[in-house]
Amino acid sequence: MDLLRFITAGSVDDGKSTLIGRLLYDTKNILADQMEAIERASKTRNSGEIDLALLTDGLRSEREQGITIDVAYKYFQTPNRKFISIDAPGHIQYTRNMVTGASNADLAIILVDARHGVVEQTRRHSLIASMLGIPHVIVAINKMDLVGNSQDAFLEIAKSYTELAEKLSIKDLTIIPVSALNGDNIVERSPNMGWYTGETLLSVLETVNVLKDQNQEDGRFAVQYVIRPQTEELHDYRGYAGRVQSGTFKKGDLVKVLPSEQESKIAKIEFGGNEIEEASVLESVTILLEDDIDISRGDSIVSLTNSPIVSQDIEALVCWMDDRKTLKPGNKYVLQHGTARSRCSVRDIEYQIDINSYEKLDSESLKLNDVARIVLRTAQPIAYDPYQKNRANGAAILIDETSNVTVGACMIE
Amino acid sequence: MSISVKEASGITTDRSAPDYLDQLEAEAIYIMREVAGQFERPALLFSGGKDSITLVHLAQKAFAPGKIPFPLVHVDTGHNFIEAIEYRDELAEKIGAKLVVRYVEDTIKAKGLKEQTGKNASRNWLQTFTLLDTIEEFEFDACIGGARRDEEKARAKERIFSFRDEFGQWDPKRQRPELWNLFNGRIQKGENVRVFPISNWTELDVWAYLKREGITLPSIYFSHERELILRDGKLLNNTPVIEADPEDRIVTRQVRFRTVGDMTCTAAVESSAATLDEVIAEITISRISERGETRIDDQQTEAAMEDRKKGGYF
Ligand SMILES: Nc1nc2c(ncn2[C@@H]2O[C@H](COP(=O)(O)OP(=O)(O)O)[C@@H](O)[C@H]2O)c(=O)[nH]1
Repeated sequence: MDLLRFITAGSVDDGKSTLIGRLLYDTKNILADQMEAIERASKTRNSGEIDLALLTDGLRSEREQGITIDVAYKYFQTPNRKFISIDAPGHIQYTRNMVTGASNADLAIILVDARHGVVEQTRRHSLIASMLGIPHVIVAINKMDLVGNSQDAFLEIAKSYTELAEKLSIKDLTIIPVSALNGDNIVERSPNMGWYTGETLLSVLETVNVLKDQNQEDGRFAVQYVIRPQTEELHDYRGYAGRVQSGTFKKGDLVKVLPSEQESKIAKIEFGGNEIEEASVLESVTILLEDDIDISRGDSIVSLTNSPIVSQDIEALVCWMDDRKTLKPGNKYVLQHGTARSRCSVRDIEYQIDINSYEKLDSESLKLNDVARIVLRTAQPIAYDPYQKNRANGAAILIDETSNVTVGACMIE
Repeated sequence: MSISVKEASGITTDRSAPDYLDQLEAEAIYIMREVAGQFERPALLFSGGKDSITLVHLAQKAFAPGKIPFPLVHVDTGHNFIEAIEYRDELAEKIGAKLVVRYVEDTIKAKGLKEQTGKNASRNWLQTFTLLDTIEEFEFDACIGGARRDEEKARAKERIFSFRDEFGQWDPKRQRPELWNLFNGRIQKGENVRVFPISNWTELDVWAYLKREGITLPSIYFSHERELILRDGKLLNNTPVIEADPEDRIVTRQVRFRTVGDMTCTAAVESSAATLDEVIAEITISRISERGETRIDDQQTEAAMEDRKKGGYF
């Protein structure tokens, strides 16, 4: 049984919280005392009816305002899969939260209110899903009960969404008519929409193949830490601890260390101190090389025949996340890419992207939640792959040098 | 329960699909190594409970064949189960880890703090002072903890690298965005980061992992006969550190503990589960979550944990 991480996106009141609550409820993942707590909280509110949305509302300030402002995680499972649901707020002022949630997601559920159809937020959420390279997108057309469960209404929205999706790079798209409130087509197929013959939401969640999404070709390994026990029996031991970002590594593989370009051969791969044959994507292992070369945190071990780009000049899509300062050409930051950190300066803002209309705009500076294509110059060379080809080795963050806050999410092009 | 199409048609699920425990383990090891790589003076907060035992095991795997490159730190409330303390000392010795213990009792004396009194008095809140003092004493810049997001609503929103200001405070509104697995541990002197490598594990995942890895636990996690205080429907260890209440009844029951925090606020569950398998089976069918069943401290107000975290709690 494997793990699927998915994000839910929608405008306020589209029914995101109700949908997650419904998934948890119908898959029997709500525990008795949690149910009691919700019942207790529901009573103090106006309606008195049990509100499944309360399951995902975390912090008190949010409870008071009745909205979700940060990223919340929920865990549940079915006999077929374990799930981590990432709930991010939908309003434009929280774009950075959605970008954050989307960065780790294998799948996105984008909610559309059947009464309103494709709206500005739908366009924005879809752009973010596409830009962050989420391989699978489910568009859940919610509140079908409020449009008489009409097939025509569904088809019309599905058509306009498909048109929108053509402008983006969404690899795998499924559109499902649902009612989160009634549980229609969430876990059980709905008798209210007999005309719908596709899969239920849960069945898509349970069956999408995430293994295929991973980059199995490009051998990339960022060194996190050098293990040197320096005991008598392990006197010369030098193990490079890290996680396989993409591809696979085997004993005997010829490799190259970047950015120094030194070549060597894998002498041994270990996990938990035991030798293993091979290490594949996302495994945390220790690599030992045949040659004694100087490697430290921030270096990459990559396959000899298939190398990333090594450069100090980088072009990237950036989502700006700082609410206090703007990004301007000439500004300096710390770029963190894999385990490497380098100072960098902004050479240029090529264009900004209107995340609602997808139009390219001229821009002098970026403020919170702006998305733009920028040009960076780094102090040290960076060994990267384009993000759309290799999510793990094409992602980077910008850190403010004085406040140390993470201020930008970069997808290297 | 429905049978999936794959099972029904006799085709087994993709063989190379990774197992979730392997995925969670790899992520936790990655996080541990980020701590060792990014910080100068990290520490692992160790309580003797199953979550921190899991952390120690993960840390051993992360740095094998070397030793864990940071000390284990225990904030001892003086209200701990003796079994957990013995386990702690044996484990530290066995793996050759440095163990730092600091006592809430000492903080109370040094600072002239007032202890709670009365029926549900607990030192839980006072732990924060000792923890912050210990961080200052050793200049720890990162503290690894065993909190999980499924435990509680405030935790569900906390970052894996959770920034704390120079007063140890957590500000839920100003958390650093945490993108991909690029953890930002850059801080100023005096600030620190709490790191939660098993954020994405559920209680059941921890149990399943303990079993898979053959990890032994303190005996109180398994069914045994014990004299207890029955109070408000909850079973508390019968110990002098719990202030007696006229309504209390002393009973003897077959119980186990699901968490082993401070004895004053950790309740036992009646159980005959004597092995990991039996415990897992029991939890799988149990309809009450861990904190709700056994922690008394979170229930007093709906936002109890959030308030404590803002003040510098784990
Ligand atoms: N009729 C109907 N109402 C729904 C449905 N889903 C959600 N709602 C209601 O829409 C409102 C907003 O839902 P909520 O889950 O809080 O939205 P969120 O802001 O996206 O999390 C609530 O009053 C829900 O009860 C649905 O499928 N049908």
